[in-house]
Amino acid sequence: MKSYLIRRLLLMIPVIFGVSVIIFTLISLAPGDPFAQMIEANPSMSRADYENLLNSIGYYDPIPVKYAKWAKQVFSGSLGYSISQKQPIADMIGRRLKNTLLLSIPALVLSTIIAIPLGVLSATKQYSFLDYILTLLALAGISIPAFFLALLLLKYLAFDLKLFPLQGMETIAAGYTGTRWLHDRLHHLALPLSILTTIQVAGRMRYTRSSMLEIINQDYIRTARAKGLGEKSVIYKHALRNALIPVITVLSISLGSLLSGAILTENVFMWPGMGTLVYQAISNRDYPLVMAGTMLLALSMLIANLLADIAYAFADPRIRYD
Amino acid sequence: MLLLTHVLDTIRGFAIMNKSAPLKISKGQSLWAITLTRLFKNKLAIVAFSVIILLILMAIFAPVITSFDPNRINLSNKFQKPDDIHRLGTDDFGRDVLTRLIYGTRASLLVGLASTGISVTIGVTLGALSGYYGGWIDNLVMRLVDIFMCFPFFLMAIVLASILGPSIYTVMIVSGILSWPSLARMVRAEVLALKKREFIEAARALGLNVSSIIISHILPNVFSVIIVYATLGIAGGILGEAGLSYLGLGVKQPQPSWGNMLSAAQNMSSLMFYPWLWIPPGIMIFLTTLSINIFGDALRDALDPKQKK
Repeated sequence: MKSYLIRRLLLMIPVIFGVSVIIFTLISLAPGDPFAQMIEANPSMSRADYENLLNSIGYYDPIPVKYAKWAKQVFSGSLGYSISQKQPIADMIGRRLKNTLLLSIPALVLSTIIAIPLGVLSATKQYSFLDYILTLLALAGISIPAFFLALLLLKYLAFDLKLFPLQGMETIAAGYTGTRWLHDRLHHLALPLSILTTIQVAGRMRYTRSSMLEIINQDYIRTARAKGLGEKSVIYKHALRNALIPVITVLSISLGSLLSGAILTENVFMWPGMGTLVYQAISNRDYPLVMAGTMLLALSMLIANLLADIAYAFADPRIRYD
Repeated sequence: MLLLTHVLDTIRGFAIMNKSAPLKISKGQSLWAITLTRLFKNKLAIVAFSVIILLILMAIFAPVITSFDPNRINLSNKFQKPDDIHRLGTDDFGRDVLTRLIYGTRASLLVGLASTGISVTIGVTLGALSGYYGGWIDNLVMRLVDIFMCFPFFLMAIVLASILGPSIYTVMIVSGILSWPSLARMVRAEVLALKKREFIEAARALGLNVSSIIISHILPNVFSVIIVYATLGIAGGILGEAGLSYLGLGVKQPQPSWGNMLSAAQNMSSLMFYPWLWIPPGIMIFLTTLSINIFGDALRDALDPKQKK
């Protein structure tokens, strides 16, 4: 296990390098520059000033030189400053990271709590009416674009019925404290959270169902039944534990999309999270911010994949890595 | 034979309610004949398939179905509520929404098909080479897969789209280029298992060259994996188009697509007061991907050789 881990960690190095080179090259190839909007907003700025600004960020350097400069900076322990916001990138990302996790962790937990029992139910009552409805609902859940569902709820629940606030994370400048503040926060969280939860329940329920079905047909389940165990004990002790092994793997992998899985939903609700941050950074051609943001998202995906393999070995003693 | 009838009797999938008599399958039917028989036993899959056919017909015969011109601008007639003439109202340029919805089928289906074509081509080629040759080729391809797998899909799509500029081809390329790695992995795994089988050994002993071994002896056995992936991939491509065009990075106006019709909802007042602009395309996207997913799911079940109780 130890040598396997070391090998896996070493293999991550070329992958991270590849990811950073590809993203860096692509974002540098994109037409436009970080100051284009500035010059539009301020026509009195002279061409020379504009060129000076571009030179100051090394805009005209060849891409490999730019990349080397960026990599050197990262290795020296600094993510640098955002060009458009003029703030330290580490601080900006820290804030946005918190906001995104505030939305995505509860969604992951809630959807798992809902999805696993439903998936088990669906599998144990295979071919029943309930199974049919749940399967159809799950298919609907993976087929509807999350942002369309978000738009629908925004229009009907938030705008027409005024049940929820329209956007953002809190009522701005309301100065709430204590329980009022908490209530306000939860009120803003409700819609985006329920959308992410619904979508994730669909996928996870389907997965639990098929994993459970696979196990129920194994010989050892028939043996368990044959030796006279109660149905409850067969399902929950013998089948579920084994059926959860692949589910755990999928859950670990989905940890990787905690940060980047809800970009469009964040966009609809103007939720100040990582997705919207990187999206704006791309439109502003804020190169250092784009690089820091996308690298963080890619890294979280990589680590989640590694975690999935480790979790797999832990959950299933038959798996040996060597 | 008894076993076969038993297996077929207990087909799972969506034919849940369907408890008709056991299927009689005579000896010597091909995989495809069996698959088709199984598929047609599944009522929901038939409904889904009919919807897909209807959509294709709608795309082809758009000019026959509607008498309006999808791009005809009439500013004195904008934001009309749905009525007897404009069944789904008119948009911000006074264009007929229903007409644009019907024509939009073309863009969405084309994007789904083309992006899947791209990802299947890349995924199958790299997966087969990687599995067959092993060694450094395998290492290289698998690292490439690792790299692509950890790209955040939407952000990469946005970066690529801003390089290529918004157009229908951009959406096809972007969705295609970003979604091949999972197929490459599946094909590689299948090829790894197949290449040790006797019939491949025999093909090699006969002196066949590598390309004909891969193309005519290995790939036909991977076909069921590919066809299921491709079916579900079309739904993915349509969803990708929806998201990218919603952000204004996809199919460019005036060409109608469901995604760029949905982008009307980016505007607060359209979102709140003119729901007929963006709800119909959203529903079309939903219905289309739902039908494709149902059909793809049923196809996977029908192709599954180990049908279980």
